[in-house]
Amino acid sequence: MQRNTNILKTIDWLTISLYLVIVILGWINLFATVYNEEHSSIIDFTQQYGKQFIWILTSLIIALIILFTDSKYLQLFSYPIYIIFLIITFLVLIFGKEINGQKAWFELGWLRIQPSEFMKFAIALALAKFMSKHYFKIHNLNNLLIISLLTLLPMFIVFLQKDTGTAIVFASFVFVLYREGLTPFVLFFALISIVLFITSLLVPQSIIIYTLIFVCLILFLIFNGNLQFFIIGLGLTIITYTALYGINHLLNNHILNQYFSLFVATSLALITIILGRIKKIKYAITIAFFLILSIVFTFTVDYIFNNVLEPHQQSRINELIGKSNDLKGVGYNVNQSKIAIGSGGFLGKGFLQGTQTKYNFVPEQSTDFIFCTVGEEHGFVGSSLLLILYASFLIRIIFIAERQRQTFSRIYGYGVFSVIFFHFVINIGMTISLVPVIGIPLPFFSYGGSSLWAFTILLFIFVKLDADRFKYLA
Amino acid sequence: MINPYAHRKYVIISIIITIVFVYISRLFYMQIIDDSYKYSAQNNSQRRVTKYPARGVIFDRYGKILVYNEPAFDLMVIPHQTREFDTTDLCNILEVDRNILRILLKKARTYSKYKPSVIIPQLSLETTAILKEKLYKFSGFFLQARTLRKYPKPIAAHLLGYVGEVDDKFIKENPYYKMGDYIGISGIEKTYEIYLRGKKGVNIYLVDVHNKIVGNFAGGMFDTAAVPGYNITTTIDMELQEYGEQLMQNKKGSIVAIDPQNGEILALISSPSYDPSLLVGRKRTKNYSLLLKDTLKPLFNRALMAKYPPGSTFKMVNGLIALQEGVITLQNSYSCNNGFSMGNIRVGCHPHPSPLNLIPSVQYSCNAYYCNVFIKILSNRKYKTTEEAFLRWRDYVLSFGFGTNLGTDLSYELKGNVPTNDYYNRYFGKKRWSPLTIISLSIGQGELGITPLQLANYACILANKGYFYTPHIVKEIHNCEWDKSKFKEKHYTLIDSKHFEPIIDGMELVVTSGTARIAKIDSITVCGKTGTAQNPHGKDHSIFIAFAPKENPKIAISVFVENAGFGATFAAPIASLMIEKYLKRYIKRKDLEKRMLETNLIGK
Repeated sequence: MQRNTNILKTIDWLTISLYLVIVILGWINLFATVYNEEHSSIIDFTQQYGKQFIWILTSLIIALIILFTDSKYLQLFSYPIYIIFLIITFLVLIFGKEINGQKAWFELGWLRIQPSEFMKFAIALALAKFMSKHYFKIHNLNNLLIISLLTLLPMFIVFLQKDTGTAIVFASFVFVLYREGLTPFVLFFALISIVLFITSLLVPQSIIIYTLIFVCLILFLIFNGNLQFFIIGLGLTIITYTALYGINHLLNNHILNQYFSLFVATSLALITIILGRIKKIKYAITIAFFLILSIVFTFTVDYIFNNVLEPHQQSRINELIGKSNDLKGVGYNVNQSKIAIGSGGFLGKGFLQGTQTKYNFVPEQSTDFIFCTVGEEHGFVGSSLLLILYASFLIRIIFIAERQRQTFSRIYGYGVFSVIFFHFVINIGMTISLVPVIGIPLPFFSYGGSSLWAFTILLFIFVKLDADRFKYLA
Repeated sequence: MINPYAHRKYVIISIIITIVFVYISRLFYMQIIDDSYKYSAQNNSQRRVTKYPARGVIFDRYGKILVYNEPAFDLMVIPHQTREFDTTDLCNILEVDRNILRILLKKARTYSKYKPSVIIPQLSLETTAILKEKLYKFSGFFLQARTLRKYPKPIAAHLLGYVGEVDDKFIKENPYYKMGDYIGISGIEKTYEIYLRGKKGVNIYLVDVHNKIVGNFAGGMFDTAAVPGYNITTTIDMELQEYGEQLMQNKKGSIVAIDPQNGEILALISSPSYDPSLLVGRKRTKNYSLLLKDTLKPLFNRALMAKYPPGSTFKMVNGLIALQEGVITLQNSYSCNNGFSMGNIRVGCHPHPSPLNLIPSVQYSCNAYYCNVFIKILSNRKYKTTEEAFLRWRDYVLSFGFGTNLGTDLSYELKGNVPTNDYYNRYFGKKRWSPLTIISLSIGQGELGITPLQLANYACILANKGYFYTPHIVKEIHNCEWDKSKFKEKHYTLIDSKHFEPIIDGMELVVTSGTARIAKIDSITVCGKTGTAQNPHGKDHSIFIAFAPKENPKIAISVFVENAGFGATFAAPIASLMIEKYLKRYIKRKDLEKRMLETNLIGK
């Protein structure tokens, strides 16, 4: 009993305060977004803000229940919880209600529940459980396979529900893996992939390949430290390429593609040098490998883009990278969102004074595009403060995760961080046109019961684990 | 246990901070540096609705309304605000074909995606009522209140002119006007456009995404009121104008009546005319092309634009020049043997006492007298050559306002034609022409082209004994300072005032005992002169000029009736009836009036 009375002292009041501030700011903003004079009370249950009030109250009740649950059981029942939610998520595919082309909802009377939202904390629990076992080594192939299975299976089901946004969120657990020791190349490769992906859609492939070859030669120079060989390599590349291209041209047939010529030439040059005089063969091979992989990746991007992505996804990406500019169609949302935020100016138009959001110019303004209201009504100052508030909240979560003595709690904490961070980056990024439009809510801020409940559960399990941290002395 | 990967939290925190920094920079750019979003937001949510002022009302000289306004609504569209809508529904309401609607929308889009364009102007009140209820369905469309011209009586079409939409070219030169604005195209509507149009106002509304008005922008702080156009009192006597149009019905020609004491145009009739309300509103374009096709040319303002030889009415000009040049005296008389013969030239005349001097020459309109006088003028020893004498003659003629623009406030006034020496040099060859060659000028025939307005002005000059005021149609612009000095100025001819006395006596005799006894009015001394203009295309034109009363004249008038024969047959009685109407307000000569009203010279 002593332990339970201690909770008021051990609980992290800062996290809870940040949570409450964000939730209440979200609610007030929602009020401003859908405000109309006929329903001017914030607790009007016919309006979204009235309903959100109910969601907030119920979330607080859920939070309290979690705080008074023994965290031991949460750890104990991690796998069962995961399996139950996996089954429910799967059942949505069969019995769910289709809304906006997504089959992601259960309808129980007036209540609409999106099970995939709850899948997030279920995965976090399962991963924490699995990765906190004794003698866990992340680079063990079996472990990697199980981790992949735990995330990819629900991801796949949610993909089938056509809720691409939520599915992508599950990829965010890569941060957890990174923190737990996954090679940093994962992040590096992810970055390179994104850069290559975008540039290969924007810039002709030949230019990318030339650039890549040049980058490799420079890298080679740096690691080998031999200018002579750099020049030999460059010379060989140019000579072989010219020769191949010339022969091809003379024979007047187009069997040899010019990229292919270039590729062969560069490879030959590199291999010659590598075999000729090698000081650090490991680097040479890595560079060659990187070059080949990048070039292959560049070519596959086109294929993936044209054959794997759906037309609306293609156009969202095209819109983002500026290849198309269809302000009435695909680009409408983002354009209106930018107009709303951009018109806010330094201090904004004032509470309830926004015209773009209030008069419905921005679609999905209470859920995915709620940030527009902040931008429009509270300007640069308000939106920056909100971003800083989120950053503080996220850093606080990391801080708490790091102070855990129990691996389970720490891993779970990073899971919480990953999901909230990913939502935050994507949601804000799409309203200011820095990432493609992926319809996911701003945690604790957007309108929506499932989302608020799920994020509250996600967070408060962690708060509870943290409050109980002294019980699990390592 | 020390976690080997604990340092990685710094990497993750760095990522958070980097991204938040990038986002804040982006916000800084969007919200503070780049202004374009603010304009876009205004375009999105503000709708500027122009408030069109009512055009000024136009009154006659006694304060009777000639034209006023009635409300109408235009359907407008802002193309970039349109969304998918039920075209069939809109077409049914508007009663237009789908393809036509499509073309209209395309035209609006070409003009501007962000500025409003008129789709259908001047909807009927029923259509407006239906549309108002359904307008929420058609995002991007709205109704714009306008006013339309309304005429209490179907008269004075040429004088008042009409109003129509401005064209693209005009908009480019005059940025005050926007597509769909109205502008005076002819008549007073054109010449007094800047006074009549008033000042447009604007209401700035806030609209939501469905184009529904949700309130006033900034509480209406930036709204401006429409200022109605100035009302104008014209110099027209509406009753006289109407009477003149009735007299001229089924006849081609024109009547111009001017108050010689100030140049105020009392009536200006061009026949055939049309009902001015035909050129109002949606039916304007259709009616306009119908009127344009009419072989009788109802749109053609004969009073200002038709050039006729003045015929015998011109004789007094030659008489006056001869007196001024001193080549004749009042006593000089010439005989007439049923005309004038010299060389192989012969100008016929009608029976009358002979020989006669100046005053009876006017009374009987003797051709031979004026042929002799004209030869005297052009053979004047004062001038070395005929050409020089002719140039002097021409200066005199121009001083009467012939062959020049009088500078009235009426639109599309033409100069007419007084032949030049160059013309004769070209036509006959230098020094190859003599007074005899151009003898037809003596009796107002030949190359002379005079407009009815110029002839009425000439009647004013005779009435005033040598000067005229620029004829004009606007008496007063209400509550407005405007420069009317140009209508207050006396324009003198090159003839001394004293020479007019005998001419006027002759003109009095024309009516009392000369060629136009039919024009005589009891108790009013009318001075007049008949004219018959030879017309190569058909029967002669009947012409009459007159002023009355002889002392202190109040009205000067010219009447042309095309293809009606002698001046005395139609023009003189019509002029006389007009004078009686104006001075007495009542016609005693009912038989004459009835005959004039019933005569049909068009034959349709």
